[in-house]
Amino acid sequence: MSKEWPLWEVFIRSQHGLAHKHAGSLHAADAEMAIRNARDVYTRRNEGVSIWVVRSSDVVASSPGDREALFDPAQSKVYRHPTFFPMPPEVKNI
Amino acid sequence: MYAQMVDTGLRKLRDAAELSPEERAFQARIDADVKVEPKDWMPEAYRRTLVRQIQQHAHSEIVGMLPEGNWVTRAPSLKRKAILMAKIQDEGGHGLYLYSAAETLGVSRDDLIADLHAGKVKYSSIFNYPTLNWADIGAIGWLVDGAAIMNQIPLCRCSYGPYARAMVRICKEESFHQRQGFDIMIAMAQGTAEQKAMAQDALDRWWWPSLMMFGPPDADSVHSAQSMQWKVKLLSNDELRQRFVDQTVPQAEYLGLAVPDADLKWNAERGHYDFGAIDWSEFHAVLKGNGPCNRDRLRTRVKAWEDGEWVREAAVAHADKRAARAARAA
Amino acid sequence: MTSDAALLDYLLRLADNGLVLAQRLGEWVGKGPVIEEDIASTNVGLDLLGQARLWYAYAGEVEARIKGTGRDEDVFAFRRDAHEFRNLLLVEQPNGHYGDTIARGFLFDQWHVLLLRALAGSTDDRVAAIAAKAAKEATYHAERSADWVVRLGDGTGLSHERMQQAIDGLWMYTGEMFAVDAGEEALAAAGIAADARALKDPWDAAVGAVLAEATLERPADGWMQSGGRTGRHSEHLGHLLATMQFLPRAYPDAKW
Repeated sequence: MSKEWPLWEVFIRSQHGLAHKHAGSLHAADAEMAIRNARDVYTRRNEGVSIWVVRSSDVVASSPGDREALFDPAQSKVYRHPTFFPMPPEVKNI
Repeated sequence: MYAQMVDTGLRKLRDAAELSPEERAFQARIDADVKVEPKDWMPEAYRRTLVRQIQQHAHSEIVGMLPEGNWVTRAPSLKRKAILMAKIQDEGGHGLYLYSAAETLGVSRDDLIADLHAGKVKYSSIFNYPTLNWADIGAIGWLVDGAAIMNQIPLCRCSYGPYARAMVRICKEESFHQRQGFDIMIAMAQGTAEQKAMAQDALDRWWWPSLMMFGPPDADSVHSAQSMQWKVKLLSNDELRQRFVDQTVPQAEYLGLAVPDADLKWNAERGHYDFGAIDWSEFHAVLKGNGPCNRDRLRTRVKAWEDGEWVREAAVAHADKRAARAARAA
Repeated sequence: MTSDAALLDYLLRLADNGLVLAQRLGEWVGKGPVIEEDIASTNVGLDLLGQARLWYAYAGEVEARIKGTGRDEDVFAFRRDAHEFRNLLLVEQPNGHYGDTIARGFLFDQWHVLLLRALAGSTDDRVAAIAAKAAKEATYHAERSADWVVRLGDGTGLSHERMQQAIDGLWMYTGEMFAVDAGEEALAAAGIAADARALKDPWDAAVGAVLAEATLERPADGWMQSGGRTGRHSEHLGHLLATMQFLPRAYPDAKW
């Protein structure tokens, strides 16, 4: 059996000025083919205007075991959110 | 459904006391609707069940391209041809998304495809039936995709993150599939006498296999309870089947076509249609490989894969050469 | 020939190329070498089919100018016999193996993109608008097929051999793309059509560059087959149409 084409992660930026967002994965022999395949697989319905591809094996992800240490501390910093500061109802445009 | 009778490898549901602490914590998170992600700890049986279910689903999409592909070159108008090509192409995409979801569980797509070709894993029984006239393309969209959507919408909420996300994308894309099928059925049912006969013939042949798509009755579904506890299956086979019948019978009436079931009648007390007994011996025979098209479908897939081997190999060889050239230039 | 009659014939040439090649690509659906490729190749087929429909629609309008009524896309597609089709012989050639399909697409795409870009400057606004839209699609098709020619040509020993044979086998159908008859010449003089003769040099340059990168040899320009654009086709077209036209022919009163 021949060698399998490597797996790529595809990120698409839609037309509305948003950041690139993970769309899915696909197989391709190299980066150039991955871009083309991503165009054909993930933008058939006008989903995007820009494509990034990354070899799946190159993605470094946080470890689920670190979830508490990484993310729980943010829960106690509610002052980062605007709703933490109630405004008097008569004050507008703030 | 697209994944029928998925084996969980477990004979009975275990209660909380029988689970290890990790399994208990895992189940607690599922109960709390927290998604399981690829790098999370998961019981081996959960992982294996998902691999089986997702790959059956993926294979169904890919094999499912063939009965419809049978009519691409004979579509009777350019508009229908374009729609059919786009629809079959979507199915290829759906197969791809699903294989990708399975790959997050540590299996390779080529290995999954090899398992399909070796007859080690199944795909939905429905695709082992032939498409004999143009109305079959309508009936597949209307009935088969209709049944599939019914199962897939709840799966958007399933416990495994990559599978749920693939289902969200698939459901979004599939919304036009059922409608284009019903649109063909309307044209056929309101067409000439010959077209109407084709439409009736298609409904006659696809009705019962569509009901079988939901899998055996709940009482006989040994693995369903575990799958439901893990939230990789959200609604029971019989529940989905009943919904499908209730939804579809009025649509057949609209078309002026007769559902081929003498026992079908509205039950006001239950608020549902009662319907006749399904011939499960046919279902099991088709699953075992004795459907009208099992051999042809698999042979076509194997041939496509083998014929494509030199192309895939060449692409790898060329990519290696390009990489080596780039490395030398650097 | 009046200029509208020549234009009708010209539009059918453009439309039939798209339809026949899309029909060939439709035969691959579900049987490609890898899923990604299946999806990509169907995109090309859908583009070509879409272009054909636009050309047929305009052809129907031009026909109405001549005769009072014009045929619609499905009458053009399903109710004409082989001798009334105006496509290039190249596009009706059978799919063969994947390399044959890629080679056929490549030789056509390189010409098609040049033609459409020229037509985008047509003095006929409708021609110009359809061509401008189609040219964007054809540009992608040409990049994609050229990329595959390079990958297969400069891939393994086996793929190199198959790709060379594919190019060699189809070369005799390329001459027809650059031939111009009296009707086309008059249309070109009026700025409506493109002068296909002028496409030969850029086509040679583009094809030559890709073949060189693919380590493939450019075949010599020997005897060239022709006749497609006047309705003299290879035996293959009759079978393609027999399949494609079966339903509307068998049930002439049906609406689908």
